[in-house]
Amino acid sequence: MSAAEQDQNNPRIFISGNEAVALAARDAGCRVASAYPGTPSTEILEYISAYPNLYSEWSINEKVSLEVAIGASLAGSRALCAMKHVGMNVASDALMTQTLIGAVGGLVIVVADDVGLSSSQNEQDSRYWGRFAHLPVLEPSDSQETYDITRFAFGLSEQYAVPVIVRLTTRICHVKGLVTLSTPQVEEGHKFNKDASRFVMVPGNAKQRIPLMFERDKTLANFSESCALNIMEQGENRTIGFITSGAAYCHVREAFPDAPLIKLGLSHPAPIELIREFAQSVDKLVVIEEVEALLETELRAAGIELFGKDVVPRIGELTPTVITPAIERLLGKEKSIATIGMTDVFPRPPTMCVACPHLGIYYCLSHVKNTIIAGDIGCYTLGAGHPWNALDTCISMGASLSVAQGIDKGRSEEDANKNVIAVIGDSTFLHMGMQGLLDITYNKGNITILLLDNRAVGMTGGQNAPSSGIDIHGEATIQVDFRKLCEALGVKPERIHELNPYELPTLFKALREEVKAKEPSVIITNQPCVLTERYAKQPPLTVEDDKCTGCSNCLDVGCPAILVTRREIVVKPNGKEKELSFVKIDTAACTGCNLCINTCAPDAIVPLINVAHFNAVEIK
Amino acid sequence: MEQITNIMVVGIGGQGVMTAADIISQAAIMEGYDVKKTEVAGMAQRGGVVTSHVRFGKKVLSPSIPPGTADLMLAFEPAEALRWVTHVKDQATVMVNTYPQAPPVVSIGLFNYPEQPEAQLQSHPIELISFDAGSLSIELGDRRLVNSIMLGAIAKQLPFSSDVLKAALLARFKDKGAKLLALNETAFEAGQQAATA
Repeated sequence: MSAAEQDQNNPRIFISGNEAVALAARDAGCRVASAYPGTPSTEILEYISAYPNLYSEWSINEKVSLEVAIGASLAGSRALCAMKHVGMNVASDALMTQTLIGAVGGLVIVVADDVGLSSSQNEQDSRYWGRFAHLPVLEPSDSQETYDITRFAFGLSEQYAVPVIVRLTTRICHVKGLVTLSTPQVEEGHKFNKDASRFVMVPGNAKQRIPLMFERDKTLANFSESCALNIMEQGENRTIGFITSGAAYCHVREAFPDAPLIKLGLSHPAPIELIREFAQSVDKLVVIEEVEALLETELRAAGIELFGKDVVPRIGELTPTVITPAIERLLGKEKSIATIGMTDVFPRPPTMCVACPHLGIYYCLSHVKNTIIAGDIGCYTLGAGHPWNALDTCISMGASLSVAQGIDKGRSEEDANKNVIAVIGDSTFLHMGMQGLLDITYNKGNITILLLDNRAVGMTGGQNAPSSGIDIHGEATIQVDFRKLCEALGVKPERIHELNPYELPTLFKALREEVKAKEPSVIITNQPCVLTERYAKQPPLTVEDDKCTGCSNCLDVGCPAILVTRREIVVKPNGKEKELSFVKIDTAACTGCNLCINTCAPDAIVPLINVAHFNAVEIK
Repeated sequence: MEQITNIMVVGIGGQGVMTAADIISQAAIMEGYDVKKTEVAGMAQRGGVVTSHVRFGKKVLSPSIPPGTADLMLAFEPAEALRWVTHVKDQATVMVNTYPQAPPVVSIGLFNYPEQPEAQLQSHPIELISFDAGSLSIELGDRRLVNSIMLGAIAKQLPFSSDVLKAALLARFKDKGAKLLALNETAFEAGQQAATA
């Protein structure tokens, strides 16, 4: 996008990389956008959903999302799907064959890598998919580039009839910068042109397409050599030249303002000859790439001498604080920056929300003995932490059910009397858990499944899902009936319980009964996520000091609104020491779910409104 | 290299750290600077540590403030100020809300809340300004006003007029009704006063 094309009347706006993707899709005339929520990419579709004339959806998982975008592209429209890095693993089945078909309408796949694992179960380098699937990979380094490059991606996709990967990282998605938008395009879309030899990937047809894919690789490699997104920046100090891309570019440029470098906006296929020539103009060549040694390996294979992961780390972000000492070591220089330590302050591990409907579940799970509990991806993964310590595994979306099945079938005699439990949320169940349940019923597993239906994708901020009965725009749509669904998947009707997770006695009873059953059972909880509008706040609770005995039962709930005021060691009649913890409730945070009342034997927890001297200001 | 102003805003989820950082950014934009603002979010909604880096100058490259180089820190909670104090440069102003918020892991006795965090902060080579913005917000009638109070408190520490920051704050509330607008203006001014008192 040249400066001349940019509308001078457009003011600069201050936006995140995620919003830049959304605006680029809108301005490129994209007609279909899809995603499953996932940090750090979630906001892309949230922004897009607000634009008129652009169809958007929360898909049930990333594979479905990509296939929806593929369909739109084949129908002749520009399409985009967005996902976090692990989402691409799910979508990859479609990706690996779609590369043979290519794109009709511009097809852009935005993948956000959580470099540094701010909210993910692993760290992965999505640029690999470009290599694996023979697709070009674009990497913006700030919000302006994210806008420009995403728009460019649609054109590139159509020009070479190829799906294009735009690789973002957390530092791109969640950093705001100033952006000037360019004039929007209107894309009408084209007619669906039947073309079975290209669109129907049976062996005979696919075989014909493979050589075309390799041809495309060559064409794109040539294109990359002169692509305007691959920029050589001159520098006075030629001791070290850098090859870099994405967020790492900004870090390198800041740390070494006078070093020459090549910034790769189109990082795969890389412009090998351009880099070879550049390598000869500097004393040492260093590749700075987040996360894996991809460019490095390819450049070495091309016979270019360089440094890479032998000097800079292979995990986490490559900020100036990381790069500078690495380069100084390479040059045998004295360390210029002192290592700055953090002050030793207590951690603030993420907690479940005040009044979260999952609190009651984990309270029960932590009180049921003899369990092996397979967990899943969502807020409820926090059940692995204090005070519940009630999860034994967490791997990938939907894995709780299938892993539980494996534990059931693979357990030794020693674990014969263990209760195998799977815990999964509504949206994760719909994403990839249903298959696991069918596997359990079909193969006669003995698992108790807790299906925590809070009608939203809680961890990413309460987005809608088919369990919400509301679509991405907030409009009414179908709402999955989990009881019927589980029945259809083979669970006996009498083994399905739907209950209110704030009613602890009911929950305990159901759980204790179902773990005894020698067949699959499902306990569905039915109260909404407290982050959503469905949740109705109630008047807050308080603790009557004179009644609190310090038993600390309520602390086992794990609600962050319950705070310890003082601890006391007492000696019991039998001579044993016991620690008492007296509590208060943060009335400003409490929303009156009443869960903790169930756990308080001396009835010390009461509605604040019942206490005569309550302070009106406190409950604002 | 061109002069870059580095501001760290630190606190915990739900305190308005991101919003405060956004308003500082908007003010810098109004002054014609290039601005980048980053955040460590992810778990922010779950009571975790939240930090936001605001950098502005002629041209900002890396969005992250290297440790030891922040010119100004705005801390919404005293223990958080202590956690991040080594990230500011010598003599940098550190503006601290002294209203403590201990997480459950502290309340339950697994970890200790730092004793006298302000005294500990004083042992660092910084310009410490601290006051109880939490209680002040409760006096003004709404805990969410901490944000505007803290912005008022640092208004004099920026390389541009306090009025610019105030305008950026008020722009945020211009469509939210006269009452909320007035309340936030009052909070901003109360913060200005508290910081100079």
